[in-house]
Amino acid sequence: MLEIKCPYCGKRSQNEFSYGGDATIKRPQLGEEISTEDWDNFVYYRDNPRGKHSELWHHVSGCRQWFKVSRDTATHEIFDTCKMNEDFNV
Amino acid sequence: MSNSFRTTNSTGLINKDKKINFTFNGTIYHGYEGDTLASALIANGVHLVGRSFKYHRPRGFLGVGVEEPNAMVQLHDGNKSEPNIIATEVELVEGLKAKSQNCWPSVQFDIGEINNVLNRLFPAGFYYKTFMWPKSFWMKIYEPFIRKAAGMGKAPLLPDPDRYEHNYEHCDVLVVGSGPSGLASALAAAKNGARVILAEDKPNYGGSLLTDEVTIGNMSGKEWASDTISQLKSMPNVILKKRSQVFGYYDHNMTVMIERVSDHIENPSKYTPRQRLHYIRAGEVIVSTGSIERPISFGNNDRPGIVLASAAKEYMKVYETLVGKKPIIFTNNDTAYSTALEFIKNDIEPIIVDTRDSSNGELVKEVQQKGISIKFNSGIADTKGHLKINSAIIGKLDSAKESFISEETVECDCICMSGGWTPTVHLSSQAGNKLKFNDDIDAFVPDKKRQKETAIGAANGSFTLNQSLAEGFQVGFDLSNKFTDQNNPTNSPNSNEPSYEKHEKLWCMPLPSGKKPKRFIDFQNDVAVSDVELAIREGFRSIEHVKRYTTLGMAGDQGKTSNLNGLQYVSKIEKKIVPEVGHTTFRPPYTPVTIGAIVGREVGNHYLPTRKSPIHTWHEENNAVFVAAGLWQRPRYYPRGSEDMNSAVNREAANVRKNVGICDVTTLGKIDIKGPDAPEFLNRVYTNAWLKLPVGKARYGVMLREDGMVFDDGTTSRLSENHFHMTTTTAQAANVLSHLEYYLQVVWPDLDVNVLSTTEQWSGIAVAGPKSRDLLSKLFPDVDMSNEGLPFMGLVDSSMDGIKARIYRISFSGELAYEVNVESNYGLYMWKKIMEVGQSFDIQPYGTEALSTLRIEMGHVAGAELDGRTIPFDVGLNSMVSQKKDFIGKRSLSKDAFTESDRQTIVGLVPLDKKTKIPEGSHIIEDNSAVAPIPKLGHVSSSCWSVEYNNPFSIAIIKDGKNKIGKNLYAVSPLKDISIPVEVVSSHYVDPEGSRVRS
Repeated sequence: MLEIKCPYCGKRSQNEFSYGGDATIKRPQLGEEISTEDWDNFVYYRDNPRGKHSELWHHVSGCRQWFKVSRDTATHEIFDTCKMNEDFNV
Repeated sequence: MSNSFRTTNSTGLINKDKKINFTFNGTIYHGYEGDTLASALIANGVHLVGRSFKYHRPRGFLGVGVEEPNAMVQLHDGNKSEPNIIATEVELVEGLKAKSQNCWPSVQFDIGEINNVLNRLFPAGFYYKTFMWPKSFWMKIYEPFIRKAAGMGKAPLLPDPDRYEHNYEHCDVLVVGSGPSGLASALAAAKNGARVILAEDKPNYGGSLLTDEVTIGNMSGKEWASDTISQLKSMPNVILKKRSQVFGYYDHNMTVMIERVSDHIENPSKYTPRQRLHYIRAGEVIVSTGSIERPISFGNNDRPGIVLASAAKEYMKVYETLVGKKPIIFTNNDTAYSTALEFIKNDIEPIIVDTRDSSNGELVKEVQQKGISIKFNSGIADTKGHLKINSAIIGKLDSAKESFISEETVECDCICMSGGWTPTVHLSSQAGNKLKFNDDIDAFVPDKKRQKETAIGAANGSFTLNQSLAEGFQVGFDLSNKFTDQNNPTNSPNSNEPSYEKHEKLWCMPLPSGKKPKRFIDFQNDVAVSDVELAIREGFRSIEHVKRYTTLGMAGDQGKTSNLNGLQYVSKIEKKIVPEVGHTTFRPPYTPVTIGAIVGREVGNHYLPTRKSPIHTWHEENNAVFVAAGLWQRPRYYPRGSEDMNSAVNREAANVRKNVGICDVTTLGKIDIKGPDAPEFLNRVYTNAWLKLPVGKARYGVMLREDGMVFDDGTTSRLSENHFHMTTTTAQAANVLSHLEYYLQVVWPDLDVNVLSTTEQWSGIAVAGPKSRDLLSKLFPDVDMSNEGLPFMGLVDSSMDGIKARIYRISFSGELAYEVNVESNYGLYMWKKIMEVGQSFDIQPYGTEALSTLRIEMGHVAGAELDGRTIPFDVGLNSMVSQKKDFIGKRSLSKDAFTESDRQTIVGLVPLDKKTKIPEGSHIIEDNSAVAPIPKLGHVSSSCWSVEYNNPFSIAIIKDGKNKIGKNLYAVSPLKDISIPVEVVSSHYVDPEGSRVRS
């Protein structure tokens, strides 16, 4: 079980959180003209890296904030966590 | 022969003043307080405890603790029965009942032993080779046979009556194992101010200090251990746990420990748990788990009476028990000589067989000084004795040590063997540590760590006491310094122990001349040297493949005594060094753990939380039958007298159509939405337009996922300019909130909107039916309930008896209907009030079944249709999709596949015979006589008995649905073996114009 540092609440056990996927995905602007290919890339296609991965987690059983986690997908090492409007330090 | 194998000394840890009676295989024996089941049986001369897994060979005790591979027993009976318990880990308690397993009719005479005679038929990979063909035999013949033959004990069929608990702990330093290095590190860390947990598997702290003749400072090892424990006990920053096995090491230094709380207590008090599972999140973990002695492979080395030398010593020193009175010590190293000396202390002269040419170790000399001759350059070739060893064939080794040059038969009643020591690296390996091979000790030791884990002492390959203590004190101090600023080191005291000479690299004896007895490597899995040879001959090269093909090192044992001997043998045949062969992966749990402990208190009603509406007690008092809706308990129907479900549901639903019904809808998700950008936010979340919704009006909305699939639906109303009240389905309430939070926090943080769940703040009561207006007018005389005063999709605030109520004119049933919302605390009061006033309007409560019937008849979609595979077009909601604005998921709707005109869409189905109910999930097909595979047009999502037309009615989602209306098709359910001719009709079966809700 991972130990995740919520930027608002501090370190908590994984079972307080839910996973939210790739944090680098940007939703297209509303009303934007967009090709089917680009739209599909946004909706379906995700990289599946072995190693460092920026991802979203949601503190569902806590402060209910979404935030960013930089995690190694192979070792589960968590390098850093930060609020949505911040950047990772490492 | 009661306790005839006890020593005469009383230097151990058992209390001979307290007798304890127990039963093994129906015979009553006694042991003493402090005994294990194993030590008490050995003291009574019982060595035969079980039959081996594959060949059903008679087996006895090999070890004295967790390393025991053979002595697994079935404990207790009835609902407390427990299989595969290692007898060396069971503390004796009055009335304990144990029996042998994997044998029939008895452990002495076991029919299954025929497998041993037929062992040529059961080589490695036997199952893979034998049961391949014919394929059709697998399910009916082979598999049940293997199931019957496999396994050891029997799982109880009755519910477990015991109580188990879970506990979460945090500490700076967790020390696993209380031998010399563990005690030293715990003391150093604790004295430096760190929060320490020290875990010991056994009932006594001290590890090897309990059996080794050593001095630390001016104390014996045993005294020093006891003194250190006293010091630790007095410190508030230390938690000491004995009978506690740390069996798993998971991510981020989460370790899991099982504590045997009351297994050893005769009559534990009622609420004392049997076992407790501790989840320990440790800042640093110190692995001081010691080492396990290795057996030696030789002919018939598995007979009862053949034990590890260290185990024999511990039985004598701790349990005052002799494993035999005519011992042979068989070793490739010096440590077994301490066992010899312990026998000599008890006036028993052992025969010593040493594979080495000579040794000048201190213990060897001491033995020689006592006048005992040692058979150097010798090995055991074979043994005899069916149910218990009675003699050994000792051979003189040739110079290459690859064959025996002479053999002699020697009588004995036990063999104490030692093949050297293997560091217990399981936890380090579980933690992700890449092990390295240490050629000096011929074993793997922890190397590159991935987590905050440090192995010390014997677990780190440091086999001398001085090394162990020095590492313990140093590492304990260094690691604790990460957590405290006291900088208070503890010095390692001087210690003394005998010096040892090097072991010989020989773990497998040659075969005796002219014979091929089995030489076992893995006792638990019945893997012999010949099986490993066969696997390699058949081309298995990777050690992981050899493991799986032969089952070496698998199952509950996890290779504690067998792993390295297996590797060593593979490396010998392959002519590779061991590090090139590599090692298999160690997996949790290190020792078997009861399912009860893993489940903990989450059994029965505690399995999940139960959510009840504030009106729940009324439902109970009025005979409601409940159904689980997620965590909620909802009334399903309210049977009257001897009514069955169908008649109750039809009565309730018909009463809504005819008079008025009342339904508890408190469970619907409710979300309060506030902020200047709230209308814009709703406009993006829902498919329809929200900017111009007037204050005091509600609107039905549908929300999609980005992939275009319908996510949820519900009614949202505008309470003031910037304040909305959203409702969601009961099932999706939590997901919708997370979804809204995601878009507000991650995607559009510029929107000034706040969302908050108010599901539990409001109690909702639906009042539906043609008489609902008259009823509510009487209840709220101040409110104009007319169609003009409170039109469809309108809402009004009012009060009754001082209770504020919000009345929405919304309908799920398709009838004229209202929903009264009050603060949760007043839900029950309001419900009773409506029931009371409603009597004169023939009001009846209706449950979720009638609710479903009403919405299915009307063609209203719900979870069964909104199953994550349907877009608005599919479920008749295309009119809800705005063409003018963008919203979540809109772009997906214009993709090719989503715009095909013959997509599966919603229709209604009526059976041609107007009688046969169509099972939900049925497939819809066109041609009933076609040969499989028959093209499937779609499926039935919801079924009910239409109370309006008094015949069955279903909603289905079928290919090109709109153009199928009027056609006859078949609804088939292969599972129920039925095929029903049906007519396709509109899904809006009742009141398709929707005039009733607006009446």
